[in-house]
Amino acid sequence: MRRALRAVVLGGALHFKQESRNPFFLWIVICTPLVYATMAYFLFRGGQDDATLVTASLGSALMGIWSLTTTAAASTLGRQRRVGILELLVAAPTPFWLTIVPITLALAALGVYSLATGLIYVTVLFGVPVTIANPFAFCVSVLPMILSMGMLGFLFCAAFVRFRSSWMVGNLFEFPVWTLSGMLIPIAVLPVWVEPISWFVAPTWGMSALREAALGNASPWDDIGMCIALSVVYAAAGGALLRVFLRSALRRGTLALS
Amino acid sequence: MAPVIEALDLHRTYKTTTGTFRRRSLEVEAVRGVSFEIGEGELFGLLGPNGAGKTTTIKMLITLLIPTAGSARVLGRDVVDHAMWVRQRIGYVFGGDRGLYERLSAWDNLRYFAELYGVEPRRQKARLEELLDLVGLRGRERERVEGYSRGMRQRLHIARGLLHDPPVLFLDEPTLGVDPVGARELRAMISSLKDAGKTVLLTTHYMFEADTLCDRIAVVARGRIVAEGTPRELKASVASGSVVEVEVYGIEDDAVERLRSIEGVTAVTVEPRDHAQVVIVQAAPGHEPAQEVLARLDGVSVGRVSSREPTLEDAYVALVTDAPATQ
Repeated sequence: MRRALRAVVLGGALHFKQESRNPFFLWIVICTPLVYATMAYFLFRGGQDDATLVTASLGSALMGIWSLTTTAAASTLGRQRRVGILELLVAAPTPFWLTIVPITLALAALGVYSLATGLIYVTVLFGVPVTIANPFAFCVSVLPMILSMGMLGFLFCAAFVRFRSSWMVGNLFEFPVWTLSGMLIPIAVLPVWVEPISWFVAPTWGMSALREAALGNASPWDDIGMCIALSVVYAAAGGALLRVFLRSALRRGTLALS
Repeated sequence: MAPVIEALDLHRTYKTTTGTFRRRSLEVEAVRGVSFEIGEGELFGLLGPNGAGKTTTIKMLITLLIPTAGSARVLGRDVVDHAMWVRQRIGYVFGGDRGLYERLSAWDNLRYFAELYGVEPRRQKARLEELLDLVGLRGRERERVEGYSRGMRQRLHIARGLLHDPPVLFLDEPTLGVDPVGARELRAMISSLKDAGKTVLLTTHYMFEADTLCDRIAVVARGRIVAEGTPRELKASVASGSVVEVEVYGIEDDAVERLRSIEGVTAVTVEPRDHAQVVIVQAAPGHEPAQEVLARLDGVSVGRVSSREPTLEDAYVALVTDAPATQ
C-alpha cells in the first residue's frame, strides 16, 4: 500500500514536471479556457443573472481541465508508445495501473492552471463578479474534481494502451463529458433521459460541488462525497479494463510502434 | 546446472492489415521456432540482420510479447505465467535514443524507475550515485536528458537497467548509433557486467561486437537460428572455403544473379567502396570460383581482384544469405 502510494505520488510529480515543460500542453492549458470562457460569456450574458454567468465561467474553466486530461493523456501515451517508454513501464515489476494513474492525475492537476486562467479572464475582461461564497469548500472541491477527471481519464486510458492509433480519439471523449457533466450547458435544459446518465459521470458532482461552494446556495459536501465515490469506481473499473487491454496488447504486439 | 534463460521453440506471428477500401489481413512470421539455452554468467549473442527476429525474441523473453507458440523460461520460471516474478529479476536495455523522459533530468529518470523497480527508498540515493559513477554521468545528472548525446543516453539506459541489480540482463542493440569511441566504452561496460557475474543476452548486428564480447553466438535469419556456437566454431565452419573480392564500377542486379548461379558459390554480396563497388563471392570448400566469376562479369568494368581466407563476417554473411525464406 505504501509502495503503491509512493509510486502514484512520485510518478504524478514527475509527470507533472515533464508535461508542464511541454509548450504545447501549456498552450492548451492557458488558451483553451480563454476560448471556452468567451463562448460561455456570450452565450449566457443576455438577460441572465450573475449566478448563471459564474456557473458558465466555472464550466468553461472545467472544460479546459477535461480537454487537457483527455487529449493530453491520449497524446502522452501515444508519445510514450512511440519513444518506447510504454514498454519500459510495462516491463517494470510494478502493477501497470500504478504507472498510468499518475499520468492522468498529473494532467488533471495541470488543468488547475485552466481553472485559474478561465476565472481570472472572465473577471478581468468581461467584469463577471466571480465571488466565492465558501472559499474553503471551493478549494476542497477542486481536489475531488481533479481526482474525478484523472480517474475518468484513467478509465479511457485502457483503450489508449490497447490501440496503437487511439491517441487520435482523445478528442472524441471531450464533448460527451462536457455535456453530461453540465460544464457546457445546464443538465436541466437537456432531455430528461440524459439526467440519470449524468449521475454516473463523476465531474457532474465535481462541477456541482464547485458551483454550490461558489454560489453558497447549498452544501457542496454531498456532491464531494459522490465525486470521490465515483472516482473510486472508475479506478476499479479502469484497473480491470487495463488488465484486459494490456493482456490483449501483449498478445497482439501493439505496445510498440516498431 | 539449470539454464538461466531458455527459449523453447518460440514462435511469434504478427497480424496486420493492408489497403484502404479493400482491407486485407496479413500474417507476418517474425520468429519461427527459436530455441536456445543460456547458462549462468554467460554472455550470449543473438546476431542477425535487421528484421531477423532478434528484438521480437528478446521481447518475448522479457514479458513484453506473448509467444504465439512455444515457451520461454528465465531463472526457471515461465515468462508468461510468472511475468511479474521474472520482471523483478531482469534488466532491459535497448539501443537508440528512445525510452527516456526527455524533459526530466537523468536523476529524475533514474529515481522514477528505481521506485518502479522496488529499490528501497532509503537506498535509492546511494544506488543512483553508484550507478552514475559506473556509467560516467556523475556531474551531469541534473541536466535535462534532451541535451544529452546519444552515447550519454545509452549509458543512462544501462544505469536504468541495473537499478535493481538484476542477475539477468537483456541488451537489445545497445551500441546502435553510438560513435566508435562511445561504442568502445559501452562494450567495456558490457564486458564488466559479465565479469560481475551477470547473465547477459545481447542482440547486435555488429559482427565485431559479437566476436569481442560473446561466449556463444546464435545467428538469426528470417526468424530462425541458422547457426550456434562460439565465435571460433562459427569461423571454423567456413574457414575451409574461399573468398574472392572483385572491384567493379557499376554492376547490375542480373550480373549479381549470374554470379550466384556459379556452382559452389555460397554467397554474393556487393559493398560500396569509395567510387566503386566490391563484389564479395564466397565459395564452398573445393571450389575456386575466381575464373568463372571474371567470365560472368563480362561487360562490367572490373578493377582489382583478390582472394583471401574467410572471416567471421564471411561466415555470418554466408549463414544469413543461405537461410531459407520459408520452411
